[in-house]
Amino acid sequence: MEEDQKENNGQRRKGISRRGFIQLVGAGAIATTLGDVSKSSPVEAAEAAEKGEMVHVSLQVNGRRHRFKVESRWTLLDVLREKLGLTGPKLGCGRGECGACTVLIDGQPRYACLTLALEAEGKAILTVEGLLRDDELGPVQKAFWDNDAMQCGYCTPGQIMAAEGMLRVNPNPSLDEIRKGMSGNLCRCGSYAHIFKAVEQAAKLKQTV
Amino acid sequence: MTMPNFTYIRPKSLKETFQHLSAGNARIHAGGTDLLGCLRDGVFTTEKVVSITRIDELKRVERLKDGSFRIGALTTITELANHPLIKERYPALAQAALEVASPQLRNQGTVGGNLCQKPRCWYYRGEFNCTRKGGARCFAILGENQYHCVLGGRGCYIVHPSDLAPVLMAYGASIEITGAGGTKKIPIDKLLVLPEQAITRETALAPDEVLTAVLLPPMAQGSRSSYRKVRARGSWDFALAGVALALRFYEGKVTSAKIVLSGAAPIPWRCPDSEKIITGQSLNDEIIARAAAAAMREARPMQYNEYKIELFKGLITEELAAYK
Ligand SMILES: Cc1cc2nc3c(=O)[nH]c(=O)nc-3n(C[C@H](O)[C@H](O)[C@H](O)COP(=O)(O)OP(=O)(O)OC[C@H]3O[C@@H](n4cnc5c(N)ncnc54)[C@H](O)[C@@H]3O)c2cc1C
Ligand code: FES
Ligand code: FES
Repeated sequence: MEEDQKENNGQRRKGISRRGFIQLVGAGAIATTLGDVSKSSPVEAAEAAEKGEMVHVSLQVNGRRHRFKVESRWTLLDVLREKLGLTGPKLGCGRGECGACTVLIDGQPRYACLTLALEAEGKAILTVEGLLRDDELGPVQKAFWDNDAMQCGYCTPGQIMAAEGMLRVNPNPSLDEIRKGMSGNLCRCGSYAHIFKAVEQAAKLKQTV
Repeated sequence: MTMPNFTYIRPKSLKETFQHLSAGNARIHAGGTDLLGCLRDGVFTTEKVVSITRIDELKRVERLKDGSFRIGALTTITELANHPLIKERYPALAQAALEVASPQLRNQGTVGGNLCQKPRCWYYRGEFNCTRKGGARCFAILGENQYHCVLGGRGCYIVHPSDLAPVLMAYGASIEITGAGGTKKIPIDKLLVLPEQAITRETALAPDEVLTAVLLPPMAQGSRSSYRKVRARGSWDFALAGVALALRFYEGKVTSAKIVLSGAAPIPWRCPDSEKIITGQSLNDEIIARAAAAAMREARPMQYNEYKIELFKGLITEELAAYK
């Protein structure tokens, strides 16, 4: 199934301009939402799920609360992609080695492939889709665009979220700090030089907007 | 490989946790970064996953009256690396924490999970029924063994993957373990076990016990410490070789020394002979060279990991020289 998913993405990307692809990775989610987080009351997190049982989970993603049913073994990455249609976070390795699945959880970059959906309940989750400001790219997205910081783009949403998370803690990183801060994200296409430049520019952009 | 099914439970108290664990065939979930990888890769199976992430009492870092520190098992590795008092008093621990895995994994992985993580031997992680899984053979003996141990192997040749454990050992840390019967304290040297003691386990924990905290003794006057890790690449990677040093000096002479290696053995490896050689001495090139050689005297390399012996000697030499 995981293989199919990758292939489908590959096919969808064919014939799409880079600009179009950016829009694709930055597109807002279409899913059943329960509305703004601010308006709904917190839901008590599930405490148990039998093997194979579907239990309710309520996740706060990109500022909106979503409620749906999951199995205990489903990861946050599974539900973001399959239930919420947020295809920014990608499945690369599924074992914490590549960073394609990086999202922010309570403001910190983490791997969605190694986080159970049930463990993410009650936390604020941000995906690359949530960085859009209305229809405009957010500062880190814009910096990646301006610096041509991708080739195939598969790693890009994860790279952007890792950069976003790092810049929230360290708004003025040195090149060495950028390298270390981005070291949990691999790029098969080897776009590192451009990625590091993009992060340098993103730091500046974030301070002006 | 997809994730196998399991029953999931997230109790609010330790008492409830023990009940679920003692029912058998259950695994603790802390950050989940190692557990979920192992389940997905079929390294082991489990009926039940017992998540301890709601037990807030495990999340504190406290300074106790006698100047020692108690680090709750659920403290994340990022929290450890950034804690101002840990940075100030136990610099090697903060340094080692920053060398662990990647930023994402440090944000999620916990101190308890780091000490209880499973080894990274590719045969053990792969589809091989090796001795550590209860099988009859260690495939590293005749196989690809460039990352395997040069010391302490018998029947199984893993290296211990943790960067925190060697430093904690150098600092003389203890481990607080809690079970249904109460709480006990053991030195970290007793937590991690060699294959000759128990080939299918890495720790002395019983299946229904929880590692609840790490206890760091107060640092004495004149103490200095460091951790250096060598890896195959600049991005995240496990240690090829590493050395944790905790030395005490008085008037230019070493009054006590702990030297602990990572990447050398199935547990963090103390070097008592090297420690003896430098104790009572002021460090000079000759003493340092003797200490470095002594650390590797018992080493028994396999076909592809002989490089580690020279690597360790060089590493120990450079690191001790920094204290001259
Ligand atoms: C790609 C990658 C690179 C890595 N690189 C490094 C590295 O360079 N250096 C390094 O040191 N580590 C490294 N690690 C390991 C990482 O640090 C551990 O996965 C992490 O620390 C485990 O913590 P966790 O809380 O996620 O544990 P979990 O995955 O939740 O648990 C790990 C194991 O410990 C048991 N356990 C957890 N907490 C307790 C407890 N309190 N009491 C009893 N048992 C418990 C679990 O049952 C499980 O078997 C790496 C991991 C990955 C995936
Ligand atoms: S898919 Fe999560 S780290 Fe590779
Ligand atoms: S752009 Fe292709 S993997 Fe990074």
